[in-house]
Amino acid sequence: MYFLEHIWMIPLFPLAGAILMLLIGRKLSNSVVSLICPGVVGIAFLYSLGAVLQLAGLEEHRHELILYTWLPGNTFHLLGGGTATLSADWGFLLDPLSSVMILVVTGVGLLIHVYSVGYMAHEGGYYRFFGYINLFLFFMLTLVLGNNYLLLFVGWEGVGLCSYLLIGFYFDRQSATTAGNKAFIVNRIGDAGFILGMFTMLAVFGSLQFTEVTERAASGAFSVGDAAITAMTLLLFIGACGKSAQFPLYVWLPDAMEGPTPVSALIHAATMVTAGVYMIARSNALFVLAPSTMAVVAAVGAFTAIFAATIGIAQNDIKRVLAYSTVSQLGYMVMACGVGAFGAGVFHLSTHAYFKALLFLGAGSVIHSLSGEQDMRKMGGLWNRIPITFKTFLVAALAIIGTPGLSGFFSKDEILWYSFIAPFGTGWILWLVGFVTAGLTALYIWRLMFLTFFGKSRVSHEAEHHLHESPPVMTIPLIVLAVLSLAGGWIGWPAALGGSNHFEHWLEPVFEPAAAALAAAEEAHPVAHSVSQEYLLMFLSVAIAGLGVFLAYTLFLKKQEVADRLAASYSGIHRLLQNKYYVDEIYGKIFVDGLAKGGGTALGRFDSSVIDGGVNGTAWMTRFGATLSIWWDTWIVDGAVRASAFGVKITSYPVRLLQTGLVQGYALMIVVGVLIFLSYYLLR
Amino acid sequence: MTEITTAHYVFLSAALFSIGVIGVLTRRNVVIILMSIELILNAVNINLVAFSKHFLSVNGQAFAVFVIVDAAAEAAVGLGIIIALFRNKETVNADEIDLMKW
Repeated sequence: MYFLEHIWMIPLFPLAGAILMLLIGRKLSNSVVSLICPGVVGIAFLYSLGAVLQLAGLEEHRHELILYTWLPGNTFHLLGGGTATLSADWGFLLDPLSSVMILVVTGVGLLIHVYSVGYMAHEGGYYRFFGYINLFLFFMLTLVLGNNYLLLFVGWEGVGLCSYLLIGFYFDRQSATTAGNKAFIVNRIGDAGFILGMFTMLAVFGSLQFTEVTERAASGAFSVGDAAITAMTLLLFIGACGKSAQFPLYVWLPDAMEGPTPVSALIHAATMVTAGVYMIARSNALFVLAPSTMAVVAAVGAFTAIFAATIGIAQNDIKRVLAYSTVSQLGYMVMACGVGAFGAGVFHLSTHAYFKALLFLGAGSVIHSLSGEQDMRKMGGLWNRIPITFKTFLVAALAIIGTPGLSGFFSKDEILWYSFIAPFGTGWILWLVGFVTAGLTALYIWRLMFLTFFGKSRVSHEAEHHLHESPPVMTIPLIVLAVLSLAGGWIGWPAALGGSNHFEHWLEPVFEPAAAALAAAEEAHPVAHSVSQEYLLMFLSVAIAGLGVFLAYTLFLKKQEVADRLAASYSGIHRLLQNKYYVDEIYGKIFVDGLAKGGGTALGRFDSSVIDGGVNGTAWMTRFGATLSIWWDTWIVDGAVRASAFGVKITSYPVRLLQTGLVQGYALMIVVGVLIFLSYYLLR
Repeated sequence: MTEITTAHYVFLSAALFSIGVIGVLTRRNVVIILMSIELILNAVNINLVAFSKHFLSVNGQAFAVFVIVDAAAEAAVGLGIIIALFRNKETVNADEIDLMKW
């Protein structure tokens, strides 16, 4: 059980790489850097693989390892009475869910590291780039391996930091630094929700440990629809919205494409943005106790999916199309969680990691071969010029639209099927949204395909001159990912198609509380479903994907003039889509101009009127008090002193007359006195 | 011719004392006042010596010698004060020197 005992080492390998790079990386040559950094990730991948294999051999598929008590804490009162002791461990939990995550993170991470060796070869800050993404992997592994919400949050914030650093990697570009700031700030909103959610959780359960929270939630002590748990899950979902780019907090993700393409693939497609989905899946026992939250989650996911997909159709930047595609696919995963199909959500998370990483890396390869061109209007006809990129990209494009047999097909259809039969919410509307989104996905991805790889070449003369296929160090990860996109879904082969859905069974123990609650909900609202329905839905989604591809073929390859005519006659809609529904502008007006600047002005006014007023008022009061006390001093205190002096003066007046200062006068008095005494004695 | 008795001396002494006191009280010149004080002291001396003879005791005479010494010292200090006074006030009139009043 060596690997299980040493799962704490898995995050440490990339951390070691990161520390090395950030401390002495500048002095290392590029070849040393490209040996160390992918190397440590490779070791982490091997450890993860070993640990997961050993986990599979265990009787019960879970292994918890507590290194030490990180925050020994105080005793406090719980919301529902009783007390609890706050403590957080630096502990690791390896169970089916986190094992899927670490394999995806380290596996895709390794491939992207290798790819980056080629992609970043001619960029400045080579060691810095690798230091950052190694650091990112450390935090991401901490996030998925942590055994409590607080440790998850450490990783959560850490990956946010790395995301910020890598989006702003080309820090000499204003747009890149702005995009980095945007990602960081928008994520803060979500994080605030997450933190409040954790506080609520502490107040309700008195613990942040996954095991304990799940146990208490599933113990039956809380009724379905419990207000505190609804609030808690809603707050946690705000956190997930920020990290997983759900409406209305998705705006940072498209801008995050300012970072280098491998970063977009690793952080902003395959791993970090799925952290929110992971967190929801991890909290499944809580979410199923709050049906209203589930409805919100499903609705937000579905809305995000279709909303982002429509924007994706009208974008011209190849990476932006993929970014909106990512937002849309994340919407699918969130929707899956919202209908209680956590397993399907995580399944789509892993298949999406393969094909979306592949799409991004393929796009990176295209951009690389065109010397940095990202505008699809300046591409075209590349299919025989960069054949390996084209073929692998083709696999990914087929996988994402759900071509039968490829990974996307299994995961997406599972989500659509569960949303159709979901006991939560109004299933078929969610299904319809997902179904339309599937068609839109096919449309925008194949629009990208046709504009980039087919048709007449619109490549500029300069780029044409340098046009070349990427080196093997970049194409090999593409091929591996293509294989994964092709076959990665087979572990989740649905029962309806004669498979056994190993993936779902593997995850079952994690989602046991959710499954119990779902079964109860289903009993209350039975939904009739049959295998033939499942076949029908599969057929329909394949059909609409085919329709999407056909539309893309007609509009963007065969009869481009039709597309232009459509864009012209519906110019309003076209402009709306091209400008991303003006969401950025609306946010800018409301939050930046309205809240931030307006708030600044208002605060300034508040400062100059209320605060300054208070200060001036205090000063006036002090002066007034001083005037009063001067009056008191002059008239009462001084008056008393003067009155007593005056009294002394008056009474002393007769005595004063005697004191003439003339010596002879005094002498006379002595004499008279003596004479008086003498006469008294003599005449007695 | 009547014999001179102690009573005579006492009357002489009383007359001298009274002249001295009147001098001190009435004269304005400080020098005269000092001289009048000498008169008073000498009246005391006569009294001391007279009673010394009357009681056949030498104590009174010894005391008179002390008084003479005292008078000399007093005159010296008094004249010094008068000179200092004159230097500052340019007057030796007692009624013009009235600084020590309220």
